[in-house]
Amino acid sequence: MDHIVIGAGPAGVVAVEQLRKHDPNGGIVLIGDEPEPPYSRMAIPYYLVKRIDEAGTHLRKDPGHYGALGIEVLRDRVSSIDTANQEIMLDAGSSRRYDRLLIAAGASPITPPISGVDLPGVYNCWTLEDARSIIKLMEPGNSVVLVGAGFIGCIILEALAASGVKLTVVETENRMVPRMMNDVSGGMIKDWCSNKGVNVLTSTRVNAIEAAHPLLVRFDNGEEVAADLVITATGVAPNTAFLEGSGIDVDAGIVVNEFLETSVPNVYAAGDCARGKDFSTGGYSVQAIQPTAVEHGMLTARNMVHGHSQGNRGQVNMNVLDTLGLISSSFGMWMGVDGGDSVERIDRDRFRYVNLQFEDDRIVGASALGMTDHVGVLRGMIQSKTRLGDWKEKLQDDPTRVMEAYLANTQVLG
Amino acid sequence: MLRALSLEPERCTGCLQCEMACSFENDGVFNPAKSRIKVFAFHEEGRFAPYTCTQCDEAWCMKACPVDAIVINAETGSKDVLDSVCVGCKVCTIACPFGTINYNSSTGKVIKCDLCGGDPHCAKACPTGAITYVDADSTGMERMRAWAQNRPEAGPNYITPVEKDIQTYQRP
Amino acid sequence: MAWAKKILRVNLSEGSVKSEPLNMEWAQQYLGQRGLASKYLVEEIDPKCDPLGPDNKLIFTTGPLTGTMASTGGRYSVVTKGPLTGAIACSNSGGYLGAELKMAGWDMIIFEGRSPEPVYLYISNDKAELMSADGIWGKSVWAADKIIRAKHQDPQIRIACVGRSAEAGCFYSAIINDLHRAAGRSGVGTVMASKNVKAVVCRGTQGVGNIKDPMAFMKATEEGKKVLRENAVTGAGLPQFGTQVLMNVINETGALPTRNMQEVQFKGASKISGEAMHEPRKSDGKPNLTTNAACFGCTIACGRISTIDKTHFSVENKPQYWGNSGGLEYEAAWALGAATGVDDLDALTYANFVCNEDGLDPITFGATVGAAMELYEKGAITKQDTGGIKFKFGKAEVLTKAVELVAAGEGFGKDLGLGSKRLCEKYGHPELSMSVKGQEFPAYDPRGIQGMGLAYATSNRGACHLRGYTVASEVLGIPEKTDPLVTEGKAGLVKAFQDATAAFDSAGICLFTSFAWSLDDVAPQIDAACEGGWSTEKLLELGERVWNMEKEFNLEAGFTKADDNLPPRLISEAAGSGPAEGKVNELDKMLPEYYAARGWDEQGVPTADTRQRLGLS
Repeated sequence: MDHIVIGAGPAGVVAVEQLRKHDPNGGIVLIGDEPEPPYSRMAIPYYLVKRIDEAGTHLRKDPGHYGALGIEVLRDRVSSIDTANQEIMLDAGSSRRYDRLLIAAGASPITPPISGVDLPGVYNCWTLEDARSIIKLMEPGNSVVLVGAGFIGCIILEALAASGVKLTVVETENRMVPRMMNDVSGGMIKDWCSNKGVNVLTSTRVNAIEAAHPLLVRFDNGEEVAADLVITATGVAPNTAFLEGSGIDVDAGIVVNEFLETSVPNVYAAGDCARGKDFSTGGYSVQAIQPTAVEHGMLTARNMVHGHSQGNRGQVNMNVLDTLGLISSSFGMWMGVDGGDSVERIDRDRFRYVNLQFEDDRIVGASALGMTDHVGVLRGMIQSKTRLGDWKEKLQDDPTRVMEAYLANTQVLG
Repeated sequence: MLRALSLEPERCTGCLQCEMACSFENDGVFNPAKSRIKVFAFHEEGRFAPYTCTQCDEAWCMKACPVDAIVINAETGSKDVLDSVCVGCKVCTIACPFGTINYNSSTGKVIKCDLCGGDPHCAKACPTGAITYVDADSTGMERMRAWAQNRPEAGPNYITPVEKDIQTYQRP
Repeated sequence: MAWAKKILRVNLSEGSVKSEPLNMEWAQQYLGQRGLASKYLVEEIDPKCDPLGPDNKLIFTTGPLTGTMASTGGRYSVVTKGPLTGAIACSNSGGYLGAELKMAGWDMIIFEGRSPEPVYLYISNDKAELMSADGIWGKSVWAADKIIRAKHQDPQIRIACVGRSAEAGCFYSAIINDLHRAAGRSGVGTVMASKNVKAVVCRGTQGVGNIKDPMAFMKATEEGKKVLRENAVTGAGLPQFGTQVLMNVINETGALPTRNMQEVQFKGASKISGEAMHEPRKSDGKPNLTTNAACFGCTIACGRISTIDKTHFSVENKPQYWGNSGGLEYEAAWALGAATGVDDLDALTYANFVCNEDGLDPITFGATVGAAMELYEKGAITKQDTGGIKFKFGKAEVLTKAVELVAAGEGFGKDLGLGSKRLCEKYGHPELSMSVKGQEFPAYDPRGIQGMGLAYATSNRGACHLRGYTVASEVLGIPEKTDPLVTEGKAGLVKAFQDATAAFDSAGICLFTSFAWSLDDVAPQIDAACEGGWSTEKLLELGERVWNMEKEFNLEAGFTKADDNLPPRLISEAAGSGPAEGKVNELDKMLPEYYAARGWDEQGVPTADTRQRLGLS
C-alpha cells in the first residue's frame, strides 16, 4: 500500500514511523512545506533563549532516521486533493497517488484584525523562520509587546522575559491562559508575571499598531506602548483551505469518525487540524496539543494499515505551562461538569493552587499551579476513570494526595 | 531476560533509604525530594507504598516527548531521559498516566527512573526486600495478589530486615 | 562535612529570622544535636532564667548524620531549660522532621524571646518566615496538621506542633512531629507554647551533601546496617514487638513499677504487652498492631502502628480515632498501664493516641495519674478536687477521662498537668511523687535494677531511661551481663552508658542502635561524614564533655547534691515480690563511687582537673 502523510509535525512523524511498523513494505511519503527537517514548535521557546540550537528542535535527531525507515520526506505543499482518484496535487506541479492518505497539516496562527499588524517588526511566533526574525529583535532593553496570553503566548513569554526585554503582554480576557485556567488561577499567573516585572494587561485590546520609533501599540484603555517588536499569539486555526473541493468535510477542523477517518474513505486526519474525539466530553473538537497529535498519529497509522481495528476512546485535553518559573497544568474538564463536585485550594501568597473536579466518584478534570510532582497521575485517573470510593472524600479533604489516591485504588497495598 | 523493579508495599516500612540511595546515585546528595522513586505514606491505613516508573511498554513519556529526548536503553529496557536533549517542556510529566516522570526545577530537565543502568540503588538500599530487582515476568500485581491471599488473617504485618550482603555503591 | 553549617536564629520578640554560620570550632568539640545545641544553650541563656519566660531559648537541632543514609539518621532534638524540672532538657525525636530540616539546609533553629502573637515558623529551604497561627492556635496537633497542610498544599511538608495542653500550660507537653513522633519529655512543648510558637513547618529540597568521603561513608553505613540486621534485638525483636518486647521481660525481672511504684510486678502485664498487641481481638479479628514502621532512614523499624477496637468504650462514636496511628511503646504502655494499674490495651492505646493528638509526654502523664490515684486512695484528694471522678487504681475509664482533661487543659486536668511533683506537693504528700528533679521515672524499678537507680538520680534532665540505659547490661546482657541486684560496678557502668549515650545523641542517630552498635560501629560512620578524625576515643570524650557541661548548667541553675536522689519509697520500701523481693535501691552506696568515677568532688561538682581535662572553660 502507498501511504501519504501531509504534514511533518509530531502527528505526521509519529504516523509515518508507525506506518512503517505496521506495514513493513508499503510506500510512505511524508510531506512538509517548511524547509527544515521535521521539528517541534514546542521547542521554539528554548531555541529563542539559546538553550538549544536549531537541530535541538528537530523531532528526530538522526538525519538519516527517515531514510533508514524507507520514508520519503518531500518538501512541498499540497495544493489540492482529488479524492475520487486518490491523488494529491503538489505546488511543484506534480501529483501523487495514494492508497491511504493522512492529513496532519496542523494549524496556522490567526492574524488578529488589527490595523498595522502587517508592519515590519510584527511577527507570529509559530515557525522556526519566525523565531529567527524574533531573535534578532530580542535585544536586552528592547521593548516587546506580546499580543495574546493564551497557551502559545505564554510559552514564549518566558523566553522573552529571560532575554531581558521590557515586556508587555496584552490579553483581551480577564486572566492569563483563559482556556486552561479559571479566574483565580489565571489571575494568580498574572500576579506572578507582574511580580517578575512583566507588564500584564488583561481585559485589554490592541486598537492599532503604528509605525513609529519603530512601533507604537495603542490599547483600548487609551494607553500606548512604544515597541521594537510585536508578537501576535491570538490563536491558531486548522490548515484546511487546500481541502476545498476535495469532498472532505470541514467544520472548524477536519471532521473525523472514531477511527479518525474523514468523510472520505481512505482519508484520515490527525493532530491540530483534526476534530478528534474528546475523551472527557465524548464530542469532537480540535485539541491542538502535543500528546493528542502523537496519539492521533499512532491510531491513524494502525487504522490505515489494519482497517478499523482500533477505535479512538478520545484524548484527554491537557496542558502544562511554565510562566517564569510558575508551573501550571490542566486536565480534562478542569472547568467542571454539571452536577459534579469539586475541591479547590488557594494559597495566593505562595502561588499554589489546586482544583479537582469530580463526577460521581471519579476525577474528570483538574488544574494546578506550583504542583510538579506526579501530576501525570491526574491524566491517568481521568483516562482510566478510576473509581475513588472513599478516597474521593480524602481528596476533598486534601487534594494534593492524588498519587496516594491513585495507588490506593490501583495497587494492592497489603 | 530483562529485569524489572518489583515493589511490594506490604514490606515497606517507610524508611526512605531507597529515596536517599536514588538521589545519591543521581545527584551525589541525599535528597528524597529529587528521588526517582517515592514512598507514599498512608497514615490512617498504616501502610507505605514505594512507587516509581514501571518502564511500561506504552512509554507514554517517550512518545509525548517533542524532541526525542527519551530513549529506550537496549540493555535494560528502561526509558532514559537524555539530559543533553531534554528542553524541559514538561509535556511528558502530564502525559505519563502513572505520574512517575517529574520536572526537576534545579536542572530544568525532567527526571525518571533509569534502573541505574541495570544496578538499581533503591533495591540495594532497601533493608526489607520491599524493592527488588527481579526477572521481569515475575513482578507486579500477581505477586502482590499472591501475598494478599496468603497473608494470615490474624496477626500484624511486621516487617523485619532481610539478609543481604554488604552492598557497594559507585561514586556518583 | 555533613553539617549544613547554618543556624536559623528566630527572634520571636522582634519577629525576625536570620541565618548565621554554625560555630565549627564548637562542632569539633560537641559534634551536633544534643552536644552542640546544649553548648549553644549554656552559652546563651542564664541557667537561673524562668523556663517559661522570654529569656529561655528553644533549640531544634539535628546532628551531622541526620538526613544521611546512616541507619536511623533522621533524628532531631529539642534543647531548652525544661519547665518540669528547671534543669537542662533535651528531648529527642524521630519521624521525618529532623531530616527535612537538614534537607532545607539548617543544622539548628534557635528560638529566642517571645512572640507577641501566636505564630508558626515556615521553612522552605533558605527561606524562613513567621506566619500567623490564627486558625491553628487552640487546636490539637492533629487538627492543626490538617489545617497547615490544606494551607500550604504540599504533601511533602513536615510539621512539628504543640497541642492544646501546651497552650494551657501543662508542664510536660511534648512537641509532636509527623503526627505521632515526639520530642517527649521535660515539657519542651510547654516552652514552645510559652513563646507563642505553635508549629514548625518545614520543606527541604536541597538535600544533604558535604559528606567528607562519600564512598567511605557508604561502606561504613552499610557495615553498620549489617550489624543491625544481624542483631537479635535490632534485627528481630524490635521490628516484631517494638520496645514493647520488654513488658513481660521486665515484669519477670521484678522491675515493673506498679501502681505508683507500690509494687514491682503487674498482674496485667501480659495483657498490655507487645505479644498482646499481636493477638487478634474478638470484635473484628484484627490485632491492635497493624504493622511496624520506620522513622527516616531507619533500618530497624521499631515503630508501632496500631488501631483501637472500634467497639471499645473510649472511641464509640468517635470515628476520628478509628484509623491507624502511633501505637504503644513500652514506656507509654507501662506509664498508662502498670503505673495506673490499668490493663485494658485499647484504653491504653486510646490514651496514647490522645497524648500524640494534643502533645503530652505519656510517661509523666501516666505516672502523674498513678500518683493522683494513690493520693485519692489515701484520701489526700477527693471527688471535689477531681470533679467527681473516682481516681481509683485500675480504672480504664479514669485513665481515658484524665487524658482528655489534660489534653484540653480543663477541670482536674489542670492539676494533673502540673506533673506528679507539683501535684503531690499541692496535696501535701511530696513523697508520693515518683520523680527525680521533678521528672517522673520511666518503666524500670530501681529496686529490681540497681544501676537504674543511680542513672535516674544522676540524670541531667531528671529521671530518665534514655540517659544511661543500664537495663541493657543488667537485664539484656548488652554489651555484657551484670547482676541487676548488686551495686558493685554500677557507678562505672552508669558513667560509661551516660557518656556513650551523649555521643550517640550528638550524632543524629537513634539510641536504639546501641542495642547492636558500640561507638566502634558509630565512629567510622561519623568519621567518613565529618572532618576532624572521629575515633571512638574522641566520641567518648565528647560524651563525657557533654555530660559535664549539662551538669554544670544544672549546678548553676541551683541544683545540688540533694537533687541527685530518689524518692523515699525506693530507698526505704522494699520490693514485695519477684527476684528483687526485699530489696530497696542502694543509691547511697553507688553515688559516692559515681562522683569519684566522674572526677567530681563529694558534692557532685566537677573538679578543676576534670574541667580542664575535658576542655570546659
